[in-house]
Amino acid sequence: MVAYLIRRIFNAVLTLLVVTLVTFGIFFMVPKLTGSDPALLYIGKTADKVALDGIREKMGLADPIMVQYGKFLKGLVAGRDYANGPDVTHCPAPCLGYSFKTEQEVTPLLMDDLPVTFSLALGAAILWLIGGVATGVISALRKGSLLDRVVMTGALAGVSLPIYFTGLLASAVFVYWLGWLPQGQYVPFLESPADWFVQLLLPWITLAFLFAATYARLTRANMLETLGEDYIRTARAKGLPERTVIGKHALRSGLTPIVTIFGLDLGSLLGGAILTEAVFNLRGLGYQALQAIKGNDLPVILGVTLIAATFIVVANLVVDLVYGLIDPRVRLG
Amino acid sequence: MSSVTPRPYLEVKDLTVRFETDDGVVQAVSGSSFSLEAGKTLGIVGESGSGKSVTSLAVLGLHRTRSNAKVTGQIWLDDQELVTASNEEVRALRGGKMSMIFQDPLSAMHPYFTVGAQIVEAYRIHHPGVNKKVARERAIDMLARVGIPQPSRRFNDYAHQFSGGMRQRAMIAMALVNDPKLLIADEPTTALDVTVQAQILDLIRDLQAEFGSAVIMITHDLGVVAELADDVLVMYGGKVIEQGPAIDLFQRPQHPYTWGLLGSMPRMDREVRDRLTPVKGSPPSLINLPSGCAFHPRCPYAGRNGDRSFTDIPVLTGGAHSVACHMSAEERTKIFQEEVAPNL
Ligand SMILES: Nc1ncnc2c1ncn2[C@@H]1O[C@H](COP(=O)(O)OP(=O)(O)O)[C@@H](O)[C@H]1O
Ligand code: SF4
Ligand SMILES: [Mg+2]
Repeated sequence: MVAYLIRRIFNAVLTLLVVTLVTFGIFFMVPKLTGSDPALLYIGKTADKVALDGIREKMGLADPIMVQYGKFLKGLVAGRDYANGPDVTHCPAPCLGYSFKTEQEVTPLLMDDLPVTFSLALGAAILWLIGGVATGVISALRKGSLLDRVVMTGALAGVSLPIYFTGLLASAVFVYWLGWLPQGQYVPFLESPADWFVQLLLPWITLAFLFAATYARLTRANMLETLGEDYIRTARAKGLPERTVIGKHALRSGLTPIVTIFGLDLGSLLGGAILTEAVFNLRGLGYQALQAIKGNDLPVILGVTLIAATFIVVANLVVDLVYGLIDPRVRLG
Repeated sequence: MSSVTPRPYLEVKDLTVRFETDDGVVQAVSGSSFSLEAGKTLGIVGESGSGKSVTSLAVLGLHRTRSNAKVTGQIWLDDQELVTASNEEVRALRGGKMSMIFQDPLSAMHPYFTVGAQIVEAYRIHHPGVNKKVARERAIDMLARVGIPQPSRRFNDYAHQFSGGMRQRAMIAMALVNDPKLLIADEPTTALDVTVQAQILDLIRDLQAEFGSAVIMITHDLGVVAELADDVLVMYGGKVIEQGPAIDLFQRPQHPYTWGLLGSMPRMDREVRDRLTPVKGSPPSLINLPSGCAFHPRCPYAGRNGDRSFTDIPVLTGGAHSVACHMSAEERTKIFQEEVAPNL
C-alpha cells in the first residue's frame, strides 16, 4: 500500500508539472503566433519604446522560453521578484503573474473567487452523490415499479437537459413564481452560514441535477448487476437477513465504481460551474475565466487553467487512493 | 407429532419449480421426490440444465427472492415443512441446519471482504451472542480443519489471493462453520483441476464422517457419485427419470439415459481418447419439453413400444430402484446385458 501511495503521488506531481509546461507553452506561444506583444498588452498602445523595453525587462519577456518557464515555476513554488534595475515588485508564492487588464496579481484575484466556486462545487457534489445514489438504489430494489419508471424518466431528462435550461427553469419556478428562494448574491459562509446556504441552494440543485441523473442511472445498473452475482446468493445462503445482503454485501460492490466516476466528475465539475455561475450570476472562478477569455487576459486564463488542472489531478489522486483502500484487488494486485 | 415411522431427515415431495420468463414458462423441476437420512449421501446427476441447481436452491428457499419463481410441493427438513414456512423461518435455517457449497468459489465469495470476515459473519449470524474474538478463533479453527495451511494468516486474505482448491476449502469451511445437518454441494469440483478435485471430494467425505451430516452431492460426473453416494437421483429435463441405491444403479442401470451417462464416464482401463462418449444430441428446452418421454429425441429405443414414447409421459415405477421408461423391466434388462454392458 505504501509503494502504491508513493507511486500515485509521484504520478500526480509529474502530471501537474506537464500541465504547467503545456499551459505555459501555450501562453508563451499565443502572443508569438498572433503577433501581439505581451508588453503592449500590459501597458497599452500609447506607451513609448522606453516604457515598453522597461516592462519587457521587468517581466522577463525577452528571455528564452525555458528561462521564462523556470522563473514561472520558481514563482509558483517560492515566489519571485520582477525587477528592472531599482524598480522591484515582489510577487509571493504561488505567483501566477499579473493580469494584462487590471495589472493586479493573479493569485489573490483568483483566491477571492475560489470560495464561491468551491462552495458551489462541494454542495452540488454532496447533493448529487447522496441524491443520485439513493434514487438509484431504490430504483434497483423496486425494478419495474411505477416509482422506478418515474425516477428513470426524470433521470433521462436530467442527463439530456442543459444547465442553462434547468437553471433558468428552476429560477423561474422557485424565485419568480413560487417566491420560495431569493434571487440574490453570494454570501460568504463565515458572514452568514444560513444566507450562504439559501443563496446557493438553487445553483446547487441545478448543477447537482445534471450529475445526479447520471448517478441514479449508474447506481441502478450497478446494483442490478451486483444483485445477480453469485456472492449475493452466497450471502443469502449463509442466512443473512435481506437488509444485510443489500445494505452490506450488495452496496459494497454496487457503489465501488461510483467512486471512480465521482472523482472524474469532481474534476470536470468546473465546466458545469462556469455555466451555473453564469446563469445565477455568481462571481466565481467560472465567471472570472469567462471574463478573462473575453478580454484575452492570458495570465488569468493560465491561472484558472492551472487551478482547474490541480483540482482534477488532486481529485483523481484522492480517488485512486480511496479505490486502493476499498478494492483489495487493486491494492494487492 | 406422533407418526409411526419417523420421517427421514430430509424429505422432498412432488417438488415443482417454475420460472416465468419473457420467452415463456421454464419448467425447471417437475414433481421430483426424494429423501435423505442423516449421515447419508444422495447423488444428483444429470447434464447441465437438467434442474439440479434449481432443486438444491429450492431446498434452501433461495428462490424466494426471485419474483418470477414459483415453488410447489413439500420440503420436510427435520419435521419442519419449508415450502409453506415464513421467510424468516427459512432464513434462520439457511447456513445453520442446512448449508451449501457452490460450484465456482471465486464468484461465490465476496471480492471486497476477507475470507475470514465472511466466515465470521456466517458464524455470528447463527450465534448472535458470540463476540468477535471467539468467532475469529472458530473461523481459524475451521480453516485449519479443511486443510488450509497457516490459517490465522490466510484468515486476512481475500478470495482472489487463494488458489482454486484452497478457495473451495475455505468455502467448505464457511458452509460447515455452524455444524449443518444437511450440506448441499453443487458441483463442488467442476471448476477445479483434476488432482484438486480428488482432494476436495476426500475432504467432503472425511468431514461428513466427522460431522455426521447428510450430504446432497450434485454433479454431472457419475464417477463422483460412484465414489461418494449411498443413493442416486438421475435427472433429465427437470424430472427424476431413475433413482435408487447407488449399488443397484451402477450394477443394473435401467434407463437408456443413465446408460448414456455411464458410457460417458471416464474409466481407468481405457485410452484417454476413448473415455468420453457423451450422450448424443442436446438437452431439451425446459420451456417446450418434447412430448411423451422427454428423452425420446435422443433415445435409440424410442420406437420399441409403438408410439407411447412420443405421446405418453412415462411415470416412475416406484420401489427402491425406480425408473421412468415405457420399456418393460425384462426388455430393459435384456438390452442392458446384451447391448450396453459389453461396451461399458
Ligand atoms: N432464475 C431463473 N429464471 C429462469 N430460468 C432459470 C432460472 N434459474 C434456472 N433457470 C433454468 O432452469 C433450468 C435448470 O437450471 P439448473 O438447475 O441450474 O441446471 P443444472 O442441472 O445445470 O444445475 C435451466 O434451463 C435454467 O436456464
Ligand atoms: S420411454 Fe421410450 S424414449 Fe423414453 S427412455 Fe424409455 S424407451 Fe427411451
Ligand atoms: Mg447447476
